[in-house]
Parts: sequence; structure tokens; C-alpha cells
Amino acid sequence: MEVASSHTISVLVDNEPGILARVVGLFSGRGYNIESLTVALTDVKENLSRITIVTAGTPMVVEQIKAQLDRLVPVHKVHDLTLEGPHIERELALVKVKGTGEKRVEALRLADVFRAKVIDAKTDSFVFEVTGTSDKVRTFVELMSSLGLVDVGRTGTVAMTRGGEAF
Amino acid sequence: MFRAAANPVLRRICQKEAVVKKPEESATTGADLLVKALIDEEVEVVFGYPGGAVLPIYDSLFKQNKLRHILVRHEQAAVHAAEGYARSTGKVGVVLVTSGPGATNAVTGLTDALMDSIPIVCLTGQVPTHLIGNDAFQEADTTGITRPCTKHNYLVKDVAVLPRTVHEAFYVARSGRPGPVVIDLPKDVLMNKHDYKAPDMPVQHKSYRPVTKPDAKKIEQALELIANAKKPVFYTGGGVINSGPKASRLLTQLVHLTGYPITNTLMGLGTFPASDKQFLGMLGMHGTYEANLAMYHCDVLINIGARFDDRITGKLDEFSPHSKKIHIDIDGSSLNKNVRVDLPIVGDAGQALEDLIKLWKAKQPKTDQKALKAWWAEIEKWRARDCLAYKQGKEIIKPQFALDRLYHHIKNRDHYITTEVGQHQMWAAQFLKFEQPNRWMTSGGLGTMGYGFPAAIGVQIAHPEALVIDVAGEASIMMNIQELSTAAQYRLPVKIFILNNQYMGMVRQWQELLHGGRYSESYSEALPDFVKLADAFGAKGLRCHEPSKLDDTIKEMIAIKGPVIVDVAVDKTENCFPMIPSGAAHYDMLLGPEDRAARPVSEEGMVLV
Repeated sequence: MEVASSHTISVLVDNEPGILARVVGLFSGRGYNIESLTVALTDVKENLSRITIVTAGTPMVVEQIKAQLDRLVPVHKVHDLTLEGPHIERELALVKVKGTGEKRVEALRLADVFRAKVIDAKTDSFVFEVTGTSDKVRTFVELMSSLGLVDVGRTGTVAMTRGGEAF
Repeated sequence: MFRAAANPVLRRICQKEAVVKKPEESATTGADLLVKALIDEEVEVVFGYPGGAVLPIYDSLFKQNKLRHILVRHEQAAVHAAEGYARSTGKVGVVLVTSGPGATNAVTGLTDALMDSIPIVCLTGQVPTHLIGNDAFQEADTTGITRPCTKHNYLVKDVAVLPRTVHEAFYVARSGRPGPVVIDLPKDVLMNKHDYKAPDMPVQHKSYRPVTKPDAKKIEQALELIANAKKPVFYTGGGVINSGPKASRLLTQLVHLTGYPITNTLMGLGTFPASDKQFLGMLGMHGTYEANLAMYHCDVLINIGARFDDRITGKLDEFSPHSKKIHIDIDGSSLNKNVRVDLPIVGDAGQALEDLIKLWKAKQPKTDQKALKAWWAEIEKWRARDCLAYKQGKEIIKPQFALDRLYHHIKNRDHYITTEVGQHQMWAAQFLKFEQPNRWMTSGGLGTMGYGFPAAIGVQIAHPEALVIDVAGEASIMMNIQELSTAAQYRLPVKIFILNNQYMGMVRQWQELLHGGRYSESYSEALPDFVKLADAFGAKGLRCHEPSKLDDTIKEMIAIKGPVIVDVAVDKTENCFPMIPSGAAHYDMLLGPEDRAARPVSEEGMVLV
């Protein structure tokens, strides 16, 4: 039995209308998972966007996902960062916490431990900006849930290979 | 447009937008640019149906005589006709339909072309750009709807990029694994003007560059495996046909060089001459006993241009369990999709075959003659079972007999066969012999009833002198029967050979085998009188009930110059054998009605289609 595992896939695509629908449609149409997905224009000159997808599947399924992505006409490159050597992953979250007294102090203290920044403050609320691996972000949000958590916004993972090589 | 008139806000927008960009003296309308671009792509025929959004294109077509337009009677048929045209010529088929219902009607055809890898460019009309998203009259989100059923699609928003988009679309449709491409054309883009510039050919695409040349090292490894095989089998499919007629010649050469057995998929029939001794017939669910057992027992399986479809593999974990598998495919996503292979090779079938032959000739490998002799002896034993045997009595025509006789009368003529979908399709694949590629057009992947007749129209347009026959069932033919009008208009001598068993035969067969003989809704009640129907459309109708009159009927059909419907009344209860029941393995074939009771279909099998 092949075991499903999480993979971070980086896809370089033409920044054109419908490209995200193509990628997302491929995942839903073929029954693949999307754990997170981020997309933004990254190369203004060439008009390219980078889509970072975290997905889970058996090795055979992940290989299929890559092959299917590669087959889309506006796709330039597909890389499985999880397989292709060391890489770093980061996620950013905005976390709104409401509370007063001891809870408010505790939230601020934990934010400090997680190196989260306060980007909005009222007398009874904070908005924190926290960056890190998805694990770290998740842990921070979990801790806040007992301290007056109101809202969370997460970007999903972005990732890049280590070292000087581009791809 | 109706909405715009009713809604004052929209009307204002329309009036504002309706000021067509200032035309320069030498400039051409988008519609004219489109027609020029099609001519630059050496398009000769367009299959289509007019409507509001594409009126400018029809106006441009009216003013020229290089492009021929074939008016179909339903947009689905336009795509199938273009498929027939493409498959019988190797060129890109071109379709032109209007916005909204025109585009949505084309969807089945596009999906069919995607599944069977047929190069199609489909031009769809669209409401003017400023109305897109307003639920305008005859508006549909065509690029949205067709995204999963095309290889690629475009919405052209600026007349300046129109010609370039057309050339790119043709490149995408025909390159790599071919497929359908939609270009959605808003009406204002067709009316706006721009200068025409002939394209630099071939078009360079910025991201799409399919690999066609296989990796030389892998070809060497493949040759090694092939040369050392003791029980080899070639398994080839539509990829060889798509690579062009040369690939089929090369395949025949390689198979002869090796002396190995070969089987074809439904899509691959014609890649190797069916009359050749090394040919085992079609494989798969209704494939021959010898082909399927060869697949099961082989030690090296050489897949060229086929995709391990579920109709081929049967039960996956018992599929060819003892073999090393080589898979050559132009589409990387076909490799290791259903079946794990030992040697996946990305590349064009023709290129790979050329490389393999070169290497074979250079190395002159010694194959294991003793093992091969034993392998062939085994195969001959399976062949001796004569799995396609049937008993023709005096009273009722067996469908197999009808096809045997049909083949007898057409084999020495320049002929093309299309089919609808169902039992008749499988019998046609079993009983008609294909000696050359591009002669057999059938809906394999999608299984589209109603495919065969419009496809035959497309074939006949491409080959006006040839004998084109649509082998049909009485249920399938009703799905695009309106095309009789098209055949009449263009005096296309297409022959429709109906094996009429008054049932949706394949549905009936499955109900008999899997659902306790409860023939729910599969009886073709209230069938038309096909002879009168033909007459009503200006075609000729023939009917045959008796085995003894079959030959004369077929001869008469061939002799008639115009379109003909032949209604052959065949045995209502005949089932298509051999059959691998769904969910069963290759060795678990039903060879005939006697086999049935012994092996009921499993619960798991019933869930599969």
C-alpha cells in the first residue's frame, strides 16, 4: 500500500484570465486534494504568476498531479519542492483577538514568543500578524482560541528552494 | 440585444460601445481577419451553423470562395463531422457555431474529441465584450463551460490578437497529443478593424512545447527488453494513428522485424494490417480470446500510443501480472496513470518506432527463437478456440453475419467505416478488417451515440469518391438523424448500415447479464419506418429481413449513387462475445452464452460501468 503524504508544488504559469480556474478545475475534476493554494503575479516583465499548491496523495497520485499540471497549455514549469531537495515554506496570518485584562496580556505575551507583530490595536482588541511555517501559524491560532480569538485570515503556503539556483 | 433595448442603462452602454473603432483605410474586420487566418492555415472546409453572434463571419465567408462551409443541422453534428474529417485526413477539423446554444450543443462533440485526441478548432460566437457577464441574449460562459472539455480555449477580447490566436490554436490542436481547441469570439471583436499581417510559420508558442523525440537511452533499454523477450506482445493504439500514416508503416515494419504478435485497441485498428498472421485482433472487454490471453501471459508488453484504458485492462491488479511493461506515449500524464510501467517513454509514436527500427537494424539482436516458437504455439491454441464464431441459421440474420457479408463486398473498394456506439460498434470492430490507418472512425473514449453518421459526413466531404459507411444501431442513429438533411443538401453518398435489433443492444445485454433480464427502457418502441424516413429526406431506403437476400441488398446499397439507409433486421437476442465482464480479469472471459451461467458478475463488478 502506498501512503499518502503532503507535497508542495510550485507552478509557473502565464498570468492570463482563467488560468486559476484551469488549475483548480483540474484538481476538482480529477479528485485531487488542495490543502492550500496561493497565487500572485511574480514576473512583471514576462507576465508570469507563481501558484504554490500544497496537496496530499500517494506517490503515484502526486506524479499524476504534476503530469496533469504540466499538460496545461499556459503552464511553463512544475516543480515538486518536497521531492526536489531542501526548500523553505512560509505562511502569513492575520489573527484578531478580543479581550481585556489577563487574557489580553497573555495574548500579547504569546504574540511576543511567536514574534507576531501587532498591526492594529484597540483598547479591547488586537490584530496580530504572524509569519512562519504552517505548523507555527496553526499553533499560534490554537493558542489564541482560548484568549478571545475573533477572526483568522491565512495566506496559505508559499515556498522556495534553498540555495542560489532559480527555476 | 433584446435586453439592451429593454434596459435603458444597458442601451446607453451599447450606444457608447457601438461606436466601432475608427477604421483605417487598409484595415480589415475581425471576421475577415479570421477567414484569412483560416486560409493561411490551409483550411478548406468548415462545418458549422450560423446565428446572431457569428453573422459577421458568415458575411466574410459569403464574400470568398476558398473556404467551403458545410451547413449541418445540429452543432453536435458539426463537431463530429469535423472529427470524421480530421481522422480520415490527419488535418485539423474546423467548426463554426454561434454563441449560447450553438456553443453548448458543441460540448458533447468537443468532449468526444478530447477523449479520442482528435485535432479540432472550434470557433464559437460570443455576445459583444461589453455585454459579457450580463446574461445577454444567447450568452453562455463558453470558455468556462468548455475549459474541462477542451485541450485549451481562448476568449479573444481584442481584434489585434485575433489572427495570432487562431494560429496558436491550430498549433495547440495539432501538436503533442492532439485535441479540441475553442476560440470564443465576441461580436464586436469580429466587427472591429485591424491590419492584417501574415504570421511567421511555424508559430512559436511561449510555453507549450511537447516532447516528440524520445530519450535515446530509454529507447536502448526498450530495445534490450524487446529483444530478450520470451513471450512478447505489442499493444498499440490511437497514438500511432495520430502520429501519421508513416507511423503505421513503421509499426508494421518493426512487428515484422521482430516476428512478435500484436494486438490493437479499438482506437488503434488499422495501425497494423488485420489480415496479417501476426495480428491477434482487438483486445479488451470485447476483444479476442487470443489477444486478451496474450496480454495476460506475456513477459514483455510493448505499449505504443495506447493508454491502459479501463476497457482494456479489466481488473487492474490482475492485468498482465507477469510482464515488464514498456509504455511509449506523447502525453506524459498517460504514463503510470492506471498501470505502473517499468519503462515509461515520452515521445511521438512514429519517432520512437523510427528510433527502435534504426537501433534494431544496427544491433541485429538475436531473439530467443525457441521461446518464441513455444509462445506462438500457445497463441495458436487460443486462436483455435475461434472466439468470434457464430451460427447463422436460415431464418434470422445474425448481426455478425451481416458485417461479414458487408466486409466481403467492400474489401476491394476504397472504403471508410464509421460507427455509432453499442453492440454494432463492437461487432464492427471484430468483423470488419482494417488494413490501413485513418479508415476507421469510432467514438472510443466518450462512447457517443450519434457520432457515426455526422462523422461519416465529414469523411465523405474529405473523400468524395470513397465508399463511406456508417455501421449503426437503430437507437444510435436516431440521435443525429437530422443530418440526413445535410447529406441530401450536399448529395453525399453516405451509406447507413443499420443493424436493427429493436433494442439498445448493449444496454439490453448488460441488463440480461447483470440485472436479471429486467429490460428496463431498453426496447426501441415506436421506431420509424427507416425506408420511408430515407425517402422523406431524399435518400434511398432498403430493408432486409432474410439472410439469403443480404448480399443483394448490400450490392444494391453500394450501387446507389446517393445516400442510402439500409435497415437490416437482425437477431434481437444476440449478445456481443467474447466479453470480459466488468471487474473481471483477462483470463475470465465469457466466450458465448454457455459461459454465462457458470460465472455470474461479482458485486464489485456491477458497480463499474
